[in-house]
Amino acid sequence: MKNSNSLKKSNITRKALRKGAVYVFLSIWAIAVLFPFYYMLLTSFKSYSSYNSEFVPKLYTSAPTLENYINAFKAVPLADYFLNTVIFTIATTFIMLCVIIPAAFAFSRLEFKGKSLVFTLFLALMMIPNELVVITNFVSITELGLRNTFTGLVLPSVTSVFYIYLLKESFEQIPDELYYAAKVDGTSDFKYLCRVMLPICRPTVITVTVLKVIECWNSYVWPRLITDNEAYYLVSNGIQEIRENGFGRENIPAMMASVVVISLPLIVVFLIFRKKIMEGVARGGLKG
Amino acid sequence: MEKSKSKAWLYLLPAIIFLGAFMVYPLIDVFIYSFEEGYNSASQSYFGTGTYNYLYILHDPYFLMALKNTFILVLVTVPLSTLLSLLISLALASVKKIRGLFQTVYFLPYVTNTLAVGMVFMILFKKTPYTEGLVNIILSFFGQAPIDFITGPYWAKMLVLCVYTVWVVMPFKILVLTSALASVKEEYYSAARVDGTTSFRIFTKITLPMISPMIFYLVITGFIGAFKAYSDAVAIFGTDLNAAEMNTIVGYIYDMLYGNSGGYPSYASAAAIVLFVIVLTITVINLLVRKKHVFNG
Amino acid sequence: MKVVLDSLSKRFPPRGKKGKEVIAVNNFSFEIPHGKLVGLLGPSGCGKSTLLNLICGLYKPTEGEIFFGDETVSELAPEKRGVGMVFQSYALYPHLSVLQNIIFPLENLKGKDKLSKEEMKKRAYEVARLVQIEELMDRRPSELSGGQQQRVAIARALVKMPRVLLLDEPLSNLDARLRLQTREEIRRIQRETGITTVFVTHDQEEAMSICDLIVVMKDGLLQQIGKPQEVYDDPINLFVAKFLGTPPICTFDGEIKDGKLYIGKQEVMSPFDLPDKKVYVGVRPEGFVPEECGKFICTLSALEVMGRDVSLVMQNENAHTDKFRAIVDSDMPIDTTKTTVSLSLKRNKVFLFDKETEERVY
Repeated sequence: MKNSNSLKKSNITRKALRKGAVYVFLSIWAIAVLFPFYYMLLTSFKSYSSYNSEFVPKLYTSAPTLENYINAFKAVPLADYFLNTVIFTIATTFIMLCVIIPAAFAFSRLEFKGKSLVFTLFLALMMIPNELVVITNFVSITELGLRNTFTGLVLPSVTSVFYIYLLKESFEQIPDELYYAAKVDGTSDFKYLCRVMLPICRPTVITVTVLKVIECWNSYVWPRLITDNEAYYLVSNGIQEIRENGFGRENIPAMMASVVVISLPLIVVFLIFRKKIMEGVARGGLKG
Repeated sequence: MEKSKSKAWLYLLPAIIFLGAFMVYPLIDVFIYSFEEGYNSASQSYFGTGTYNYLYILHDPYFLMALKNTFILVLVTVPLSTLLSLLISLALASVKKIRGLFQTVYFLPYVTNTLAVGMVFMILFKKTPYTEGLVNIILSFFGQAPIDFITGPYWAKMLVLCVYTVWVVMPFKILVLTSALASVKEEYYSAARVDGTTSFRIFTKITLPMISPMIFYLVITGFIGAFKAYSDAVAIFGTDLNAAEMNTIVGYIYDMLYGNSGGYPSYASAAAIVLFVIVLTITVINLLVRKKHVFNG
Repeated sequence: MKVVLDSLSKRFPPRGKKGKEVIAVNNFSFEIPHGKLVGLLGPSGCGKSTLLNLICGLYKPTEGEIFFGDETVSELAPEKRGVGMVFQSYALYPHLSVLQNIIFPLENLKGKDKLSKEEMKKRAYEVARLVQIEELMDRRPSELSGGQQQRVAIARALVKMPRVLLLDEPLSNLDARLRLQTREEIRRIQRETGITTVFVTHDQEEAMSICDLIVVMKDGLLQQIGKPQEVYDDPINLFVAKFLGTPPICTFDGEIKDGKLYIGKQEVMSPFDLPDKKVYVGVRPEGFVPEECGKFICTLSALEVMGRDVSLVMQNENAHTDKFRAIVDSDMPIDTTKTTVSLSLKRNKVFLFDKETEERVY
């Protein structure tokens, strides 16, 4: 009796130890993820002189200052980069929705000849890496004289086969009977799409929208190719510009302040739509 | 209902126009470019057709360096990040308290701007006249002399790039594996436990086979993603990657296209097609391996 | 509005390379008089739902015509036909409230039929009162019970004042108690509105209990159409006789010899003005009378007392089923000590069918 009790006890302690080890492991990774964010936030509140006087960087600051944020907006056109990115993101996402929703609707609800063939071709396009087509797009946009315009920035990014696919899958979950019921009542296809399908599939539409917003906000390669006029820089290009030419000298706290400003909107969006974003990414993830 | 036949094409029209203009046409065009010898976009002329572009880039030391860098990056980060994310997901699956918090934290890098956070990494590793950088200071506790990670020896720069790349790709992998683990039915575990199966055997005989399709998916997308690495390198080493010896294939393509060394879309096209062929080959090999080893439920 | 189907056929093209063409509805002709409640009845897969979709317009007929009144509607789209349809799973829009669901069809009206917001609401509340769901108008479909959802679906079908109301298996998703209640409800609503109504069911009891007319189908072919009692008392063939009635009709192998009907060796009834031949004999459960002088001897295997009636479970070597049931009054004298019963048959409850064609010969 005594024996089994002590056996039980040692079992329990072993379990607790294992649990503790797991939590330590998880916490280490959490720190590895969070530390860069913390460091960036911390540095952005340190004054230029105090940052450079710390040979061993302190992990706290006793005299936080907003000077870097003021600097970030004054010394470099961060606000313009910001505005450009907002315009680019909204325009791209909006036009994309206008393109992919009807396409997903046609694939999921309408019957027409060659549907499966066209859909297979669409899927095949999903395999094509962006790097392959970006060259010609760059040349065509340049030849059309659309460099340094929002049109040139937006147009090539407004279709996504992957999102069409995601939406189509979601549309197909809606029972056929709903469509027939609407038909009997004389609802047009377009109205059925707007009044019935979109509201029912709202979660997927939101997921697609948010994913596209993230993609737009972080896009770097295409904007870099297509803009060399600072007036059209997006935040990614702006941050690179700040790093190479900003502030006149290597002002790391001010750079960090810009980085905070740029990262913050997406982190807020993420915290609001956390569940939807993670679900959406888990369901198919980033393409490529 | 018959009307809907022509109407369907109307609904598809915008997507077809955009895809045709910005995907199908460029796809064909890139092949043409790659065989037009020495095409120069400034003069819009080329001096013949053939495989010259391919021969040129294959002899270009910058391209060979980019090729080497990319391969090292792929071979280091894909296995490392997959293994690490598997460990983390397993650890996550075994705890209940504050699991949601951990998941949210782990996902954070996914939504942040690669360029922006890359700069933080650069600062953490960088040696300047004012400071040796936080990483060097930590290393000095272990008696390690300071290393110049950003402008110093090749291996140090590669190390930083690999660390940052792993940091960037982890959120996606953890998320996918966590949902894969969650989808394994509890009954399997219960049944195994009733039969007195050890936890190691449960892992190798039940968990691993059940999530193997997802692991495989991560390896394939990981390979593809790592072969296309570019902005991570820019974030840490700046836009002049050739000078930093840290260029990647994609970086080489863009450099050929635009910038100081740019204006050569046909070289860029040839490099893009070489990249495509490499990725395609690796994917096909992966698929063949998958057939042998992955459980398909 | 009377509904006329004139040699209507619907064939579906074969699926795949080896598939066969499916004839779901084969050369159908009948007329549904104005204001009647009609049940389309048949086993599953007999084409009754296809027929309903043809009337509604979701399917176009391969051949034949459909008339509403004197107007042909065969080529009209569903919305132009003025039909209301209640789907088997109700097809309520999950994201809209009950009120919004009911108003939905009205919002599609265009031109001179267009209604103001107030009129729509008024109409919606009128039908809601009719189907007694006024207090549920702000709820979502998921917050309603099956029976309530059913009523909302009916209200939505009725709100545009259809010329014809169609119901596809309206009771199949309800539990047994609700089913009884709801079928009375459908009958009441149909009486009050006077709209010609067609509903599909595979449950003959359901159809018999509320319909003015029933249409029995099998394999896409019309078997019989008539008032429920007429069809029951006067089935045209063996299939119809078997399909209607609970407990089902009892069938036996029999023979006509010299104008007398034999089951096995036993002469059970005479005279018949028929030539000598082998026949199938069908006897309704209530057509058996246990009496001493009865000529039809069967083995008694069980006796179930059900209050007013008694059900005799019997066996006979010539019966088509292992056991069959007769329903008799509980005051009939039955000697339960014996293992056999002698029975006489009521003449109007006995039907004879040709052995080859299964058509009724008497």
